[in-house]
Amino acid sequence: MSSAEINKNEVDIVIGALNADLTQFLNCWRPFFSGFHLIIVKDPELKEELNIPEGFDVDVYSKADMEKIVGASNATMFSGYSCRYFGYLVSKKKYIVSIDDDCVPAKDPKGVLVDAVSQHVTNLENPATPLFFNTLYDPYCEGADFVRGYPFSLRSGVPCAASCGLWLNLADLDAPTQALKTEQRNTSYVDAVMTVPLKAMLPISGINIAFNRELVGPALVPALRIAGEGKVRWETLEDVWCGMCLKHISDHLGYGVKTGLPYVWRNERGDAVESLRKKWEGMKLMEKSVPFFESLKLPETAVTVEDCVVELAKAVKEQLGSDDPAFTQAADAMVKWVQLWNSVNSSG
Amino acid sequence: MVEPANTVGIPLNHAALLKDELDIVIPTIRNLDFLEMWRPFLQPYHLIIVQDGDPSKTIAVPEGFDYELYNRNDINRILGPKASCISFKDSACRCFGYMVSKKKYIFTIDDDCFVAKDPSGKAVNALEQHIKNLLCPSSPFFFNTLYDPYREGADFVRGYPFSLREGVATAVSHGLWLNIPDYDAPTQLVKPKERNTRYVDAVMTIPKGTLFPMCGMNLAFDRDLIGPAMYFGLMGDGQPIGRYDDMWAGWCVKVICDHLGLGVKTGLPYIYHSKASNPFVNLKKEYKGIFWQEDIIPFFQSAKLSKEAVTVQQCYIELSKMVKEKLSPIDPYFDKLADAMVTWIEAWDELNPATKA
Repeated sequence: MSSAEINKNEVDIVIGALNADLTQFLNCWRPFFSGFHLIIVKDPELKEELNIPEGFDVDVYSKADMEKIVGASNATMFSGYSCRYFGYLVSKKKYIVSIDDDCVPAKDPKGVLVDAVSQHVTNLENPATPLFFNTLYDPYCEGADFVRGYPFSLRSGVPCAASCGLWLNLADLDAPTQALKTEQRNTSYVDAVMTVPLKAMLPISGINIAFNRELVGPALVPALRIAGEGKVRWETLEDVWCGMCLKHISDHLGYGVKTGLPYVWRNERGDAVESLRKKWEGMKLMEKSVPFFESLKLPETAVTVEDCVVELAKAVKEQLGSDDPAFTQAADAMVKWVQLWNSVNSSG
Repeated sequence: MVEPANTVGIPLNHAALLKDELDIVIPTIRNLDFLEMWRPFLQPYHLIIVQDGDPSKTIAVPEGFDYELYNRNDINRILGPKASCISFKDSACRCFGYMVSKKKYIFTIDDDCFVAKDPSGKAVNALEQHIKNLLCPSSPFFFNTLYDPYREGADFVRGYPFSLREGVATAVSHGLWLNIPDYDAPTQLVKPKERNTRYVDAVMTIPKGTLFPMCGMNLAFDRDLIGPAMYFGLMGDGQPIGRYDDMWAGWCVKVICDHLGLGVKTGLPYIYHSKASNPFVNLKKEYKGIFWQEDIIPFFQSAKLSKEAVTVQQCYIELSKMVKEKLSPIDPYFDKLADAMVTWIEAWDELNPATKA
């Protein structure tokens, strides 16, 4: 699907600004962002004024806007990398594409710049196939199809809730891994999109992601905040937690999550060894989360996304609350998020 | 347009990985000319050739290959009445080769599969990649978005639980095909000219609980870990179905691997699939399967093996009982198949007596 075929009016590009100077970022993305509406949300803890080049159709939200729309106490939900969720909240579009502000377009093996926005929307517009694995990956793309042995009744697929892209150069590794392999950079361009199977858990990265807001918007929860969360991805887990919730809810409601293309090029930033010095709680929290999500069964009565988030929050509080206060806070944040979602989105 | 690789001039690798621990099983009814192009990569290994069809025909094996060859007469002689479980006039007969092998690993390839080229134009040593896949762990409990974390240049991504990073033993390595894709007959009829030209540079573990269509054209497995589950069913002559041999094995294998905590990988290596089989002939073979798979898939998706099933054979026998109970109502074929599954295990155990520790 070329960018000409995408209905740009259905898409919001949401950027969380953790850096004040967005000139290079936006100029690099200009060929692929032009024609789209942008929502730029400034990290409330960022002191400097944002520097945004001319020529974009953009709405900028800062701390003051957050406080006006959701109240001062709720605005704390959107600090750091979580600022972009505010953009998801106020958007009125069907699809959201979100890219970290330290990423620029990648080049494919032919040297052509990758239109990540187009690829994400294509992924979202085509069905997902979580119920049976297709060994030729995406059966709906040009030159591919379902293979022999793929049941015909499963070939129409299910709606795609999210499209998880990947990263060349600095891959989304955790601090210990990157610190151990300081020189390692991702140079492998894997030319595939695939659906992550039903019940399979995965770590969804917020660095390069898109989702169907109409379908699953409330499930993108800004909830898990680890102690000492920082301004580099190595020091956060909010997106991974959000992704675990999103996948579980998608599985429950019969939607699919895709992974693979598009790639973005992630610039060098931060120092993994430096990040290691901080006491990193993320590992412990992940270990506890896995068995929880593995055995979790949302009730049949949870048929809307909001219901699912509320039920999930309840289960988190009951089963994980005593393990770590971070989980109790996450559960509370999830409930609050649904309330905010409903109030902001019902006021037209 | 993709082309196969030209392997002329590639030197023979005398230090080939696992050359004394791996057998290459090739079913054939025609000839083995294709082996000539595979020579640099496969000559160090022992071949087990399973000759299907007319046993009086002589299959010429290219010079320099070390092999054993079995035709139908041999199969009947070796298995006696149990030979009934081995298909005739269908490449499913290849599983006889798995049974008679004495090696730890098996690589099986079809006689119309040539050497593929990677995007840089280099000839792909498919067997070497399969061995790499089998020798390093799988990660079925949590999906890694950067695919195989053990590959050079890759790793586990942020958020991947550390307790799951050791992985589990890999039982199966499922390779793919450039050029003629492995489509079913209806798809072939609708898209006769479609060719797979996309080289996806990844190996990945198929998550626990997920079924997949396993193609037997380019496949390797750890015979010690999963061998007895690699029965390719009753196909071909006298049977109501064909082209579901590998599919059947794949579904059984995946359920058992999931139960025993073993991994199944798919992706690299690619081979170049040169010959498109006749879609009308295929349609006749697959016809019943197209309907039956609608019931077979839910059956395998919900199959639960007991805690007491701790060996592959025990798992397989349990599965055969479930097949008899749940699938026989669909067609008496499944009753026969369930019996054949038991016969297969009996034959396997006879030819492979367990060594006492």
